[in-house]
Amino acid sequence: MSGTAKLSLIQALQTLHAVRRPGDIVISAMGAARDWMTLGTNPLDLVFVPSSMGQATSLGLGLALARPDRRVIVLSGDGGTLMNLGSLITITACAPTNLVILVFDNGVYEVTGAQPTPASAAGRSGRDRIGFSGLARASGFPSVFRFGSNAEWANRIEEVLSAPGPVFGLLEVAPTIGAPGPRPPGPAPERARKFMAALQSSPSPTR
Amino acid sequence: MFSGDQIVSLLQDVGITHVVTLPDSTLGQWESAIETGGIALIRVCREGEAWAVAAGLHLGGAAPLVMIQCTGLFESGDALRNVLHDWKLPIPSIIGYRSYLNQETLPGDTCLVFTEPILRAWQIDYRLITGPAQYPEMVDHLREGRTDGNPRAVLIAEGRA
Repeated sequence: MSGTAKLSLIQALQTLHAVRRPGDIVISAMGAARDWMTLGTNPLDLVFVPSSMGQATSLGLGLALARPDRRVIVLSGDGGTLMNLGSLITITACAPTNLVILVFDNGVYEVTGAQPTPASAAGRSGRDRIGFSGLARASGFPSVFRFGSNAEWANRIEEVLSAPGPVFGLLEVAPTIGAPGPRPPGPAPERARKFMAALQSSPSPTR
Repeated sequence: MFSGDQIVSLLQDVGITHVVTLPDSTLGQWESAIETGGIALIRVCREGEAWAVAAGLHLGGAAPLVMIQCTGLFESGDALRNVLHDWKLPIPSIIGYRSYLNQETLPGDTCLVFTEPILRAWQIDYRLITGPAQYPEMVDHLREGRTDGNPRAVLIAEGRA
């Protein structure tokens, strides 16, 4: 994360929440899941808690392939993305046009006490910084976006969500220091069953 | 031990729609038959991905199967723990058992030490397949998993043909 990041995670999520279509699937993980849950619930929200860290992108890929009629939006973090960088390649190999990956980059492992990630300037001996948008471009994403301010994100979010997929969006957010980790909003197997039922019963939007 | 066509028949009999895989020298020989057999093949970069991709497919209404070597099983422990046990998604798998058939000529592969204890530790109901005559057993085992909603695995011995 740069020291000048102006996005706040909750504001970025509020912006998304305002334009998210009812038929969109939203998968959230870690800090994004914690804050997304505060904005209300939708039967097609899959709060990926508990998770295997980093696997939200892979889960989203599977859903996007199984349901090409729906837009699938994945809310992940920089730490999780680092744990599963290969998934970016797998995603572009499969090339689902209905998948949107949004990575909230705060430069730290927030829920464990804000230790720097190895991709952040603070976590690297050379104090350089790894650019996730560059990684996404090199991985073959046809549409890559990077945002460092709430205003820019709000102005271009529709462009991001409607760009040729798979889409990769990087949002440079400030860490929420001291924030707790996300808590599961109920037993996972029960939520899986409800999600599958909702997916079957809700009308498919035209993407 | 099995041809690609036999594996396709197995997958079709069980109702599999997608195979999520990272090949080894045995499993990789089946890829072209799987693709031409009308079953979607998804190639992952590391085996841990496979369980989450399969989970997404399952949640979306598909019927995926994970096909990886036992070394990939070792690698993917946390991902399968989350998918099979936290979320209780009944994802079936084919696991290649490296060196099983070469124990006399190529001893010392620690895959032989750890594979089955790890499957038991992860509480995966598996069948060890050591010969072609067990084909019906593979079909029945995976089919039962589709019926009772439990994750099942077949552990296919690898080595000499």
